[in-house]
Amino acid sequence: MSSDLQDLYQEVVLEHSKRPRNFRAVPDANRQAEGYNPLCGDQLSVTVHMEGDVIRDIGFQGQGCAISRASASLMTGAVKDRTLAEAVALFEQVHALVTEGPSAVDVESLGKLAVLSGVSEFPARVKCASLAWHTLRAALEGRSTSVSTE
Amino acid sequence: MSTPGFDVRRVRADFPILHQEVRGRPLVYLDSAATGQKPQAVIDALTRFYTHDNANVHRGVHILSERATQAYEDARESVRRFINARDAKEIVFMRGTTEAINLVASTYGRKHVGPGDEVLISAMEHHSNIVPWQMVCDAVGAKLRVIPVDDRGELRMDAVDALLTERTRILAVTHVSNALGTVNPVRELVRRAHAKNIPVLLDGAQAVTHLPVDVQDLGCDFYAFSGHKLFGPTGIGVLYGRLDVLEAMPPYQGGGDMILSVTMEKTVYNRVPHRFEAGTPDMAGAVGLAAAIHYLESVGMAAIAAHDQALLTYATQALSAVPGLSLVGTASEKTGVLSFTLADVHPHDVGTILDREGVCIRTGHHCAQPLMKRFGVAATARASLAFYNTPEDVDALVRGLHKVREVFQ
Repeated sequence: MSSDLQDLYQEVVLEHSKRPRNFRAVPDANRQAEGYNPLCGDQLSVTVHMEGDVIRDIGFQGQGCAISRASASLMTGAVKDRTLAEAVALFEQVHALVTEGPSAVDVESLGKLAVLSGVSEFPARVKCASLAWHTLRAALEGRSTSVSTE
Repeated sequence: MSTPGFDVRRVRADFPILHQEVRGRPLVYLDSAATGQKPQAVIDALTRFYTHDNANVHRGVHILSERATQAYEDARESVRRFINARDAKEIVFMRGTTEAINLVASTYGRKHVGPGDEVLISAMEHHSNIVPWQMVCDAVGAKLRVIPVDDRGELRMDAVDALLTERTRILAVTHVSNALGTVNPVRELVRRAHAKNIPVLLDGAQAVTHLPVDVQDLGCDFYAFSGHKLFGPTGIGVLYGRLDVLEAMPPYQGGGDMILSVTMEKTVYNRVPHRFEAGTPDMAGAVGLAAAIHYLESVGMAAIAAHDQALLTYATQALSAVPGLSLVGTASEKTGVLSFTLADVHPHDVGTILDREGVCIRTGHHCAQPLMKRFGVAATARASLAFYNTPEDVDALVRGLHKVREVFQ
């Protein structure tokens, strides 16, 4: 396998895509949004339970490729118990990581999310990696309309 | 495999784009249902037109305008011959299949489809043969009805008669499915619709590239196709309409070339086909399309169809042997389109890994979301064959699929 493919489909990515974490609807959600990628038909929903300013619980459901599932799964782990502002800041970091590559961000601070760095070598797959994040942002901002990557 | 009278190596030599390495491997192009590659003859025709003959058509008295007009109208005659229309006036140049269907929907459709009427399409249509009809139906309060598709991807012909009602104003159906490759029994559909005086539009975008097409034999009222899929330039396409039908239709867009005279009070519209070609047309595109048609005629559509069938058989067997692969669309009559899923690997991941092996396929819903829903998938991977493809291309695809299985084991 070529090295950029190895970077894209890292062990952690494959593992999260096969066994996604928090793959469920949060029962007492008070924020939620739908995300849709019209290019490929992928769709997912993100449900969040906020306590004040803090994301106490988060889940996602839907269908998508390995990259979008892994990104969504990793996202749920990364933003749980974070404040809204921290989650939005993380969104910006991940967006920079998948569009511009690891040199654009402080990779250390991203923890497990750093495995998404391989995406930047695959411009056609950036939308897969960012769908869950756009959806989360819409949920946090209380936008009820579904978000689209187009 | 080999097809008598057809030398695929000679054909490939005519397509410069095929002779390159991508990602360090020889390019394997299996996405011709999305767009076809161009033979050198088409590229040269475009260059020649712009180098020697370019001027506006139907306007000037000068030599260049004469040449450009001649080239443009000669191209119309080439298209007429290619699909065996009776009269070159039946050939309207469009931007592509999409515009051709939109023209029929918004002229013929708006004139003849009224409240409570029905438009009949099929479940395997491309969005471009769904949405224009939905727009007409929404605007006038008509109903869109749909011929269902069976599990193999064939039209349910047993359902057709009941769907052709006294309220049906037009039947619009694809000749060949872009997502499944199914060749529909369009002659029979035309026969049944015409028995009830219902006109028929055929979307021929995926058919003209694989099969000899004779519009008089098919008997359809409209036939639409795109130049770019037919190994010609982008931006040019064709609407064939039977002359009496076209002549009774109101114009599409207003502008220059589609008029005989204009005063501020009244405009007299031009004759067909010019009535439907407002503004400066894509002259170079028409010339390029004619060059593509001449090229295809020199190879021979019968030989192209035979090669397609042989390669389809080879590819169907080769793909069926890949563990976990299931073909979507197994109609008894097909062209070289292989839509498939691979175990629970998402088609996008299949496409990305194949791309790294130099193999270009299409992944997604193929602009046929209702059809994807029918088969219970959000997307498929689709390899589509053209007459320049070889068994070695199929072998490269299969090797790539084994790579996919390795990554996702």
